[in-house]
Amino acid sequence: MSQPSMSEALRGVVRRDLLLAMRHRSDVAMSVFFVVIVASLFPLGVGPEPAILRMIASGVLWVTALLACLLSLGRLFTADYLDGVLEQTLLIPQPLAVLVVGKVFSHWVISGLPVVLLSPLLGLQFGLGGDSLVVLTLSLLLGTPTLSMIGAIGAALTLGLRGSGLLVALLVLPLFIPVLIFGAGAVSNSLAGVGSEANLSLLGACFLLSLAFAPWATAVALRIALE
Amino acid sequence: MFQTVALSGSRGERQLFSDISVTVKPGTLLAVVGENGSGKTSFLRMLCGLLSPDGGAILWQGKDIRQLKELYSAQLTYVGHLNGIKDELTPVENLKVSACLAGDESSNGIVQKALEAVGLGRPVHRLPSRVLSQGQKRRVALARLWLSTRPLWLLDEPFAALDTAATNYLTQHLQSHLSHGGMVVVATHQEIALPPDCVQHLRLTR
Amino acid sequence: MSATGINWFKYSSPQAFHPLAGRMIPWFAAAAVGLIGVGLYVGFFVAPTDVTQGDAYRIIFVHVPAAWMSMFLYVIMAVWAGIGLGLNARPSFMMAQAIAPTGAMFTFLALFTGSMWGKPTWGAWWVWDARLTSELILLFQYIGIILLRSSIDDLRRADRASAVLALVGVINVPIIYFSVRWWNTLHQGASVSITAAPTMAGTMVTAMLVMMLGFWMYSIAVTLARMRCVIVERERQPSWGKNASIQEVVEAR
Repeated sequence: MSQPSMSEALRGVVRRDLLLAMRHRSDVAMSVFFVVIVASLFPLGVGPEPAILRMIASGVLWVTALLACLLSLGRLFTADYLDGVLEQTLLIPQPLAVLVVGKVFSHWVISGLPVVLLSPLLGLQFGLGGDSLVVLTLSLLLGTPTLSMIGAIGAALTLGLRGSGLLVALLVLPLFIPVLIFGAGAVSNSLAGVGSEANLSLLGACFLLSLAFAPWATAVALRIALE
Repeated sequence: MFQTVALSGSRGERQLFSDISVTVKPGTLLAVVGENGSGKTSFLRMLCGLLSPDGGAILWQGKDIRQLKELYSAQLTYVGHLNGIKDELTPVENLKVSACLAGDESSNGIVQKALEAVGLGRPVHRLPSRVLSQGQKRRVALARLWLSTRPLWLLDEPFAALDTAATNYLTQHLQSHLSHGGMVVVATHQEIALPPDCVQHLRLTR
Repeated sequence: MSATGINWFKYSSPQAFHPLAGRMIPWFAAAAVGLIGVGLYVGFFVAPTDVTQGDAYRIIFVHVPAAWMSMFLYVIMAVWAGIGLGLNARPSFMMAQAIAPTGAMFTFLALFTGSMWGKPTWGAWWVWDARLTSELILLFQYIGIILLRSSIDDLRRADRASAVLALVGVINVPIIYFSVRWWNTLHQGASVSITAAPTMAGTMVTAMLVMMLGFWMYSIAVTLARMRCVIVERERQPSWGKNASIQEVVEAR
């Protein structure tokens, strides 16, 4: 009778996903290019006046990061579901919620972290300076893992359904809204010269709350989807 | 020891089977037979704990598996219809990950020996799995049984897509597992070439 | 149970619930019509004209009760969903399924009347204030649950997945309210609350509470009717070896 320890199982899950990502390096690039292109659409649509761009920067950059997370959710569980690996993951003798955290973490490293690292450059494009750039990066650093964890619930609920791409957006966007409000709020406050500590703390609270509940809800949803 | 008590199940609105009570003792193989659509896969998935039965219970060492949860999952190795291997990884990498996640030995040497035991030669070991044939991928999936140290094996049509040589390898390995006191539940269409005193049959009919 | 003379558990089976609901609906429907009629009369004709907003404010007698109903119904739906998941009880899932469309309707009604109130009051058909925005997001949550259920063919999975979504959503509702208010405070503050003294004239409060009660009666009547439809629909799905248990379905076959 053999049983992996929780950290062994977690490391195994994360290592497999990161190994797969190394074989498919385009996945990382896709998130990055998506964010760059979409962020560029706004000046093209609204006009290049620096004052206006600074005003919409926090909202635009946050919505773009949010959409990038949303679109990448399809890749979280679907491949594993189709080749039977997800089934085997459900049979690992460790709490499924912990394994879900592992999967979401590696997914975030592939799709979310690159966006966080790129955000200062995007902020510069929109005329953000110094402090606001730091706040932008920090808010995305706290916010994108939260979005991934919440999004995982939607991905698990819609696993294998036709039209799941749009459906997952509809299910998950209402859950994203608080994070968006606090995240974009942090950046606009910083631009206005008002402190952003309150918004960042609320973002941190959202992160902790999602870490406490979302993996468990995702695990329940996965078991339902695999019955 | 492994038992089902008055197990009944349905798929969607369709009743599959009802009131199945069967006991599997150490050293026995239970062959689940039935036509297509009779519920063999659903039955096996219930035994894994992936599917909830409509009624009845499944007992491991006398305890309900719903109570045991992870303690029960640690006792079984399941090879279902889907292979559970990633196309982008090589057979060696796939097996190493599976073994590591099962808490089994996963060194390169042992993994390669397991692949050779199912008839996959060294040249294939380091190719990405997507270039393997269906039969070869099935063998990689089954190679987990050579690494598994768990007592209960649940196999869904393992002999489909295998040629005669691989079928023999698997049958011999099942025999060896049974002689060490292990238990096997197999959903199959084929007759398994094992001594009749260690094989039980369960026929599922609607 | 025998002390009350009624065996309540008997009615938890769909076969028994169906005729019982059928008998109850006319009473609730009549009560709904009566109460809503009275409420509208008091609200539109009896209550005094507001000092600041004139007569346009009267839409509040539909808007506020509708908004409250949309929230209450979501919570009740989530409670049934939770019971269904916890006890693995199909009737609970059916109740949640029956409530969702009514909840969505009240949310839409609240948004529609809120918009009608906004035009004369703030000069715009839509304002992004805390209350209306939260209602809008609540509508999205309702629609999400309804669409998720309709996207899943397998009944058991549809029941359980929409139940999980309802529970996740109910946790989100207070978070949304907090975060949207954090984002914007413009909507008129609550003038009827259980603890604070009402800042509105007595007749206005009466009218709103009467409307609330009327909406409750309506919700119960409609939910019972929808439950009957859900029961018949589920019984009608082809199943091997199971005989139809609802009289109407047997006759239809």
